[in-house]
Amino acid sequence: MPEPRHMLEVIDLKVHFPVSRGFLRGQDKLKAVDGVSFNLRAGETLGVVGESGCGKSTLGRAVLQLIQPTDGNVLWMGQELTEADSASLRTLRRDVQIIFQDPLASLDPRMTVGEIIAEPLETHYPEKSKAEVREAVRAIMAKVGLREEMINRYPHEFSGGQAQRIGIARAMILQPRLIVCDEPVSALDVSIQAQIINLLMQLQAEFNLSLIFISHDLSVVRHISHRIMVLYLGKLVELAERDALYARPAHPYTRALISAVPLPDPARERERKRIVLQGDLPSPLNPPSGCRFRTRCPLAEARCAEEEPKLRHFGDGQEVACHFPEREIRP
Amino acid sequence: MTPASEMTDTKAPLLEVKNLTTRFATPEGEVAAVSDVNFTLHAGETLGVVGESGSGKSQIFMSIMGLLASNGKASGSVKYRGQEILNMAPARLNRIRGKSLSMIFQDPMTSLNPFLTVERQMTEVLVLHQGMNKASARKRAIEMLDVVRIPEAKRRVDMYPHEFSGGMRQRVMIAMALLCEPDVLIADEPTTALDVTIQAQILDLMDDLKRNLGTAIVMITHDMGVIARLSDRVMVMYGGRVAETGPVETLFYQPYHPYTLGLLASMPRIDSDLGQALPTIPGQPPNLQFLPAGCAFQDRCAWCSERCLKELPLLRPVSEGHSRACHRDQLDIAALEGVHA
Amino acid sequence: MTQTSSPTRTPADASAVKPRKIQGRSLWQNALRRLMRNKAAVASIGVLLVIVIVCCFGQLLRPYAIDDVAWDAIGAPPDANHWFGSDQNGRDLFVRVLFGGRISLAVGLIATIVSLVIGVLYGATAGFLGGKIDSAMMRFVDILYSLPFMFFVILLMVILGRNILLIFVAIGAVEWLDMARIVRGQTLSIKRREFIEAAHASGVSTWNIIRRHIVPNTLGPVVVYTTLTVPKVILLESFLSFLGLGVQEPMTSWGVLISDGAANMEIAPWMLVWPALFLAVTLFCLNFIGDGIRDALDPKDR
Repeated sequence: MPEPRHMLEVIDLKVHFPVSRGFLRGQDKLKAVDGVSFNLRAGETLGVVGESGCGKSTLGRAVLQLIQPTDGNVLWMGQELTEADSASLRTLRRDVQIIFQDPLASLDPRMTVGEIIAEPLETHYPEKSKAEVREAVRAIMAKVGLREEMINRYPHEFSGGQAQRIGIARAMILQPRLIVCDEPVSALDVSIQAQIINLLMQLQAEFNLSLIFISHDLSVVRHISHRIMVLYLGKLVELAERDALYARPAHPYTRALISAVPLPDPARERERKRIVLQGDLPSPLNPPSGCRFRTRCPLAEARCAEEEPKLRHFGDGQEVACHFPEREIRP
Repeated sequence: MTPASEMTDTKAPLLEVKNLTTRFATPEGEVAAVSDVNFTLHAGETLGVVGESGSGKSQIFMSIMGLLASNGKASGSVKYRGQEILNMAPARLNRIRGKSLSMIFQDPMTSLNPFLTVERQMTEVLVLHQGMNKASARKRAIEMLDVVRIPEAKRRVDMYPHEFSGGMRQRVMIAMALLCEPDVLIADEPTTALDVTIQAQILDLMDDLKRNLGTAIVMITHDMGVIARLSDRVMVMYGGRVAETGPVETLFYQPYHPYTLGLLASMPRIDSDLGQALPTIPGQPPNLQFLPAGCAFQDRCAWCSERCLKELPLLRPVSEGHSRACHRDQLDIAALEGVHA
Repeated sequence: MTQTSSPTRTPADASAVKPRKIQGRSLWQNALRRLMRNKAAVASIGVLLVIVIVCCFGQLLRPYAIDDVAWDAIGAPPDANHWFGSDQNGRDLFVRVLFGGRISLAVGLIATIVSLVIGVLYGATAGFLGGKIDSAMMRFVDILYSLPFMFFVILLMVILGRNILLIFVAIGAVEWLDMARIVRGQTLSIKRREFIEAAHASGVSTWNIIRRHIVPNTLGPVVVYTTLTVPKVILLESFLSFLGLGVQEPMTSWGVLISDGAANMEIAPWMLVWPALFLAVTLFCLNFIGDGIRDALDPKDR
């Protein structure tokens, strides 16, 4: 079978949740993800950034089919997944794994580290002997920097960084091709974040892994990603190569996001001109008409309220959903 | 230099903390969350306190504010305008707390009463502390909400906390903390739970408060970026002790403690590419229950020597106002794991 | 107890010192350790064990059966022959209190197990399936809740006649409702935890998720509730027997004995004192143990 062009292809993915308006008053639709398309190559890291409520975690889970998409297609190795039978879903479960934000919450408190890491292997290869499983667990534990003697310990005996290594070992034991990382370092101490980021990058290089790296931290995303996707209220607003995005952010939201991150550099931080967005995120239940960002956008005009900007090419290889990506913002 | 920081040299400090030590009695034994912390805070100054979870950064100020959990005990001395306030009786402390020293927390929802309108919660303080009547207290509450830039303050003052967004709630908390025009505002991770664009708004607001009202601010955070943005002076905490303290510029550009150095080097930056592998501080944050003899940072330190295992390093000055707790005189940065010279 | 490595210590520093294989302590082992440090609970377990042993074997010490009538000692106060005295029919009270204890404890145990099995299965099913099935199942529970208990027992009695089995059925039928609600609530909250999502993502089957992840994690609250159900059930049985709806003569239980004792309180106070004492001590012990287990499982809530 010829290798498809992209490992993963997501086309116009929508995830809408019904939200009850109250007793007998019908339902609203929460459009958590509303028409997002992207693709992913082998060995590539796609960063997904955005603020709370932008749909980035929902997107990750919809790719994994942990949440049923409302509409759109997810193609894994050229194969449609949204209507997949249980056999091809099994392949997906073997090839695509996830690691979570809260490392302790993602580990069953009543199982030992060894049992937790072995579970995916036992599920997919029930024919493996106990000794084989144990050997595989030991091997992967060594890979992620866990010492062998920890195998019989329980999650509550570990610090956050160690627990995240256990989560990574569980995700890696089936030798997947893609890992969805949902804010994997946000809950960790600063000095531990770098360890986990390095580990993920090292595993990626060694196994030619693809990563979907979901985070609200633009500095971390910059370090780990090849391409970056910016979401706002369920819509893709900008998709670009890493260096292009940080050097020449096109969408006003991306520009505001980047300028809002404080630099660990007092002199530069004090001189910096910032774009401070006014107001709060609108309710995703009732998003603004036209461009969803227009209520906070310093460039907004009448056209933005009427016409939703389509995602289009801009500059070299950037894609942006804005009517005026070339305009300058004066803070 | 801002006018506020010029004044600091001539005036006595607002807060003077000496040998502050806070211990907690736990079923597994006594734990020293804060050990031997000394610092001063002057009017109009912003002190950044940075550290990881369990570094004791919050507990210092919980001790000062008399808000320790019931199994905690603080010793040492904390003077507010020359008056000893550590372990003061709650009734007397209440006259200072909220009025002269205010504190805001990471999660505003836990400090706001969900059953009372914002007006009730704000005016209560004014009526109790300053003996205002209801009408003028309400007027003042609306004024304060305007100061923290809550749109339509007149209408919003009658709303309940859950009707505000996260960023708005934090503004309400700041407004409440500022009601009695405190000299010192202690902010414990005020923006950690917020999105970056909202964080930028709140940091801007605090910047203005400092400039316009001359409030001294203590900013407790784990984010070096936030520290760089707001602070005049920085205190880096590790294992319940001050590892390094100094003016923000010298501390960021010439860090002398291996921990500060590692922390700054291991952060991915939005303004530059650090290459493939990040320099890291190996190991885990220390467990306060099992602190080793000698330096708490010893097993994660690239410069650890025989002496560090035995002898606790004391804070000693390296330059004007800049001290660090390390036995080493010089740090060769190349020793840091993963640094590309 | 010497502590070579505390569970709170991070593994990094613990094993830096001694690189040997470490056996982790599970949450259950930790809970057991904490329970063993709770003096009230440990003493209660001891006392309860003594009561159980005495109830089971104490009868062997005396030459009487529960329905032996001593004509020379009708309503006699405690003495060397009849340690606890005897009742209005000249039956040895010591033997009868111990026998009543067996019935009461058995009712407590069996009715609790019945409610446990039904409640856990029902609650876990409702909670895991969720949606309309969950609503329907829980409304049924609500309806049973709203039936007055006494009405329910009398109804059963009219249909089935007086029978010791009836007590198990009646009590079990009421007690499982609470258990089902607790287990359902637990299941709902565990279902949303990230480790369940992680299991889904690894392709673990639904049945294995329930078996390996959900059930073991509901056990904590269930164990606590079970230890608190036993005394409740014993009390219920005593209450039913006190009203004359319980076990039949010559069989007896603490409830029946207390009922008889209360009737003869003025002329033969020992008839009330002994069974009441045993019942009270047992209930105390069970409640202390239940509280101890709850604290041991959830040390943060103390």
